Amino acid sequence: MSRNDVLVTVDWVQDNLGTPGIVLVEVDEDTSAYDGGHLEGAVKLDWKQDLQDPLRRDYLDKTAFEALLSSRGIGNDDTVVLYGGNNNWFAAYAYWYFKIYGHRDVKLMDGGRKKWELDGRPLSKDAVARPATQYVASEPDLSIRAFRDEVVAAIGTKNLVDVRSPDEFSGKILAPAHLPQEQSQRAGHVPTAINIPWSKAANEDGTFKSDEQLATLYGEQGFDDSRETIAYCRIGERSSHTWFVLSELLGKKNVKNYDGSWVEYGSLVGVPIEK
Amino acid sequence: MCGAPKQGGALAGIDLSTQTVIQGQVWHDGAPVAGAYVRLLDGTDEFTAEVVTSPEGEFRFFAAPGTWKVRSLAPVGKGERVLDAGVGLNETTIVID
Repeated sequence: MSRNDVLVTVDWVQDNLGTPGIVLVEVDEDTSAYDGGHLEGAVKLDWKQDLQDPLRRDYLDKTAFEALLSSRGIGNDDTVVLYGGNNNWFAAYAYWYFKIYGHRDVKLMDGGRKKWELDGRPLSKDAVARPATQYVASEPDLSIRAFRDEVVAAIGTKNLVDVRSPDEFSGKILAPAHLPQEQSQRAGHVPTAINIPWSKAANEDGTFKSDEQLATLYGEQGFDDSRETIAYCRIGERSSHTWFVLSELLGKKNVKNYDGSWVEYGSLVGVPIEK
Repeated sequence: MCGAPKQGGALAGIDLSTQTVIQGQVWHDGAPVAGAYVRLLDGTDEFTAEVVTSPEGEFRFFAAPGTWKVRSLAPVGKGERVLDAGVGLNETTIVID
């Protein structure tokens, strides 16, 4: 696995618009951006409406994921290229999700929607319909997903990487600052976690920094290569971005994303918190 | 929810006695800039949040009292503004030259 296997440039995507076997998927929490103009031929996945279980706090089970991808016209043999807003946060979450269910060939478009827009590249408002498929997912690969008990057990023994902003890590604010600061959970972070904000891994245009820059960044911030790793944020999408960097770009072993993240951990009764 | 909500509109339901709201518009060449990326940086210049401006060029953040930098990135260029925010409504305009 290397950068070229998991990341494609906006130039590559523009050159491959309409290529059979390549499916572009825009993933956002707020899909009004897609509705206002998307990459030609791209289908949309709404992080909340499509990718979350409608009742429990969890992702879709295998059967529901198969039905979703089949309805979007995504086949097991397709190359799926994901992109989105918010510096690819939700696209990175979807990448992790597609990996959980064993999709063979999935990639991120480097820079996402922002890079595409800043370059002034073309967007389309045409409705996109792809013929339905019979998608078959694998059993979920839980080797890349962490649950709460594992996080508590990891205190002092694994790399716990808190990828939120420094002010969220310190407890000064409870959510990214585009959201009202009214939350039920406690402020702070998991004891022994190191704060390496997701944003340090990205350039201002949303593209990832070079492998050399990334390796230096995590080394300098105290990331211990001899330990297993759990990344977390508030709801698990920014930490998917960091999971992608650590696991897919830098090839580090035993990296998990804790998608329960601070919304879950900061609400647990009796667990230790540092501020 | 973690994605940036639609920008602009009224502050209905927002308690300005507890929230530190930083909001304003991005301007270039005498007109508001729609679809500009605006990020909020903390006192160490670290990323805290990013939104995309509304059709009227508006942005809004919910921060905490302190010094913040608001930086805009758009196809027409970049602009930034540093401000000291307090609890309540803090309004600012970013001009892209």
